[in-house]
Order: sequence, then structure tokens, then C-alpha cells
Amino acid sequence: MASSAIAEKSGKNLWDGGASPMKASYGKLMMWFFLLSDAFTFSGLLITYGLLRSSHPAYRGAHADFVPSQEYWPIPEKIFDAVPFLHGVSIPLAFVGLMTFILIMSSVTMVLAVEAGHRMDKKNVMKWMLWTIIGGFAFLGCQAWEWSHFITGSGKEGWGIDLNGDGILQAGVDFFGANLAMNEYGPQLFADLFFFITGFHGTHVLSGVVLNVIVFYQASVGTFERRGHYEMVEKVGLYWHFVDLVWVFVFTFFYLI
Amino acid sequence: MALLEETSHVQAKPANKAEISKLWKIAGILLLITLVEFVFAFTLPEHWKLMKISIFVGLTFVKAFYIVSEFMHLKHETKLLVWSIALPLIFVVWMVIALVYEGEAISSVR
Repeated sequence: MASSAIAEKSGKNLWDGGASPMKASYGKLMMWFFLLSDAFTFSGLLITYGLLRSSHPAYRGAHADFVPSQEYWPIPEKIFDAVPFLHGVSIPLAFVGLMTFILIMSSVTMVLAVEAGHRMDKKNVMKWMLWTIIGGFAFLGCQAWEWSHFITGSGKEGWGIDLNGDGILQAGVDFFGANLAMNEYGPQLFADLFFFITGFHGTHVLSGVVLNVIVFYQASVGTFERRGHYEMVEKVGLYWHFVDLVWVFVFTFFYLI
Repeated sequence: MALLEETSHVQAKPANKAEISKLWKIAGILLLITLVEFVFAFTLPEHWKLMKISIFVGLTFVKAFYIVSEFMHLKHETKLLVWSIALPLIFVVWMVIALVYEGEAISSVR
């Protein structure tokens, strides 16, 4: 603010510095353009999913009789139907629905922290940042469970890969779960894309949580009060909302369709 | 303690009630849309494939619009900033169409 006052006083032209292009601060502008580039990265991953999925045959049988096979792309809601503590119970998409709920709620608490920051309300910034951090950890915990279940396997009757080669699944010789070399749920690429896309998003969530913790700490020791503004909360907030935004797309294109 | 004395004079302004209730309302809309997606996923018949995909993609863009315009505050930035962010994403639209089409072509020669 001090710098813009000086620029006005000296009557210099726009290109002499001291003015903010697009009326946004340097940090916020750069965050926006970083997020644009990050959006291209995630688009690349999701478009890869679209390309590979549309180049594989779709499952044509009756919906209720679905059994995964290497021959066709799986129906996501048949794969992602497990919920913690309810082993063997099929509740399609319930757990990813919960993850979506958690991330949307943590986006709201983030924007409430930004609002409190505008009012120099340190107590409320800290409160809402803490809720955002808790939401972030809750999401990461859910994703850890989701991954471990995906890797360990469904254990469902008639599923799994027959390692014996005789077409009969037997205990001890069939393979359940998925990794980068084998995949119970369908074509190998399905598992690879699951690990890469949700993993890349999860990494973003993790780094977002780290940034949130740093901002929470700085708010609590009064760094932003001494600086005179809470703009750092806004910048980290932009990143956090972007992570939520990406999940909205991952949820639709990976799980729903 | 010196630190506390230095900062304790900062007075928080009263909460902007209208703004806060608007934010909660948007959160409600986002959760409602997600709920609607779930209902459609399990009530619409399986063979309405294209219809379902269009509904899900449409609703996703509604959610994205709310997050970007209100939570990320883009709607309230200058026009130039809005277009600087929105226009380059046209390339993504093109690439989705081009590569999904390409994928179907690959599948037909497999």
C-alpha cells in the first residue's frame, strides 16, 4: 500500500513499477498462473485416462453379473464399493463420497479463514486453519485406506487372477489386489492410472497440508499481524481450493463415469 | 512477551455475516450437487450411458464454477485476470475431444 501511494505521488507512468497488474498482488498472480499450469498437468493425466479407457472395450454383460477381466475396462462403482469396518458389504462409491464431503468441508473452513484474515481476526484465522488441517489429514487417512484396500484386493468370490492357468481359482494360487505388474480389477492400465492419478492428487493434498500447517504456525506466532495483512492465508487458500477442484474432476471422471 | 505486547493492539473487525452465510450456502450447493450425482448414478438405467455421462460432466462443471468463482474469488477479480486463466483452458477442451475420439479409433483397429 505504501508503494502504491508513492507511485501516485511521483506521477510516474504505469511501467515504472509500484503498480499491481490486474489489481492482484505479485504472489497471488503467480499462484494463479502456477495453478493454471498445474491444471494442465492434471488435464493431461485425466485425458490419458479418457484415451486409454475409450481404446479398451467396455463391459457388455448384465450390470449385476459384473466380474472383472483383463478383456474389458471395469465399471468403477463395482470396484470401489468397500467401506472400512464393513468387510464384504458392497456399498458402491460411499467411501469416495465421504472423501468428497471431507474435502468440500475443508474448502469451506479455508475460505472462512481467509475471511477472518481480511478482518485481522487472528483467533478465527487460527480456528479455521486448524479445521482445514484436520480435514486435510482426514482426507489423507481415507486415501491411505483406499490404497491399501486396492492393493490388498477384494477377496470376492470368483474375482482374482488365476495363477495356475487352469481357469479354476484356488486358495494360494490366485492373485488378489493390484500393483504395477498385476491387476485383479481389469486391464493393467486401470491400476496404473489409479495409482498415478489419485497418487498425484494425494501428493498435492499432502503438500497443501504442509503449507496449511506452516501458515497456521505463522498466524499463531503473530507473523501476519506484524506484517499488517493475512495475504499468505489467501495464497495458500487458492492452492487448497485448487486441490479440492481437482478432486471434483477426479471423482467424476475416475469414479462416477 | 515483547512479541505479545507488540501485536496485542491489533483490533479484529466484526465478522462479515452476509459474506459468511453466502460461503456456507455455496458449500450447501456443492454438497447437494454431489448428492444429486449419487442419486443419478444409482437410479438412472444402465443403458442411458451417454445421458448419464453428460449429466455428470455438466454437474461437475457447475461445481467447478462455484469453487473457482466464489471460493477462489475469481469472479471478483479484474476481467483481464479472469480471461487470462479461463481462455488457455480451451486447449484442454480440444484435447479431450481429440484424444477420446482417437481412443475410439484405436479400439476399432485392435
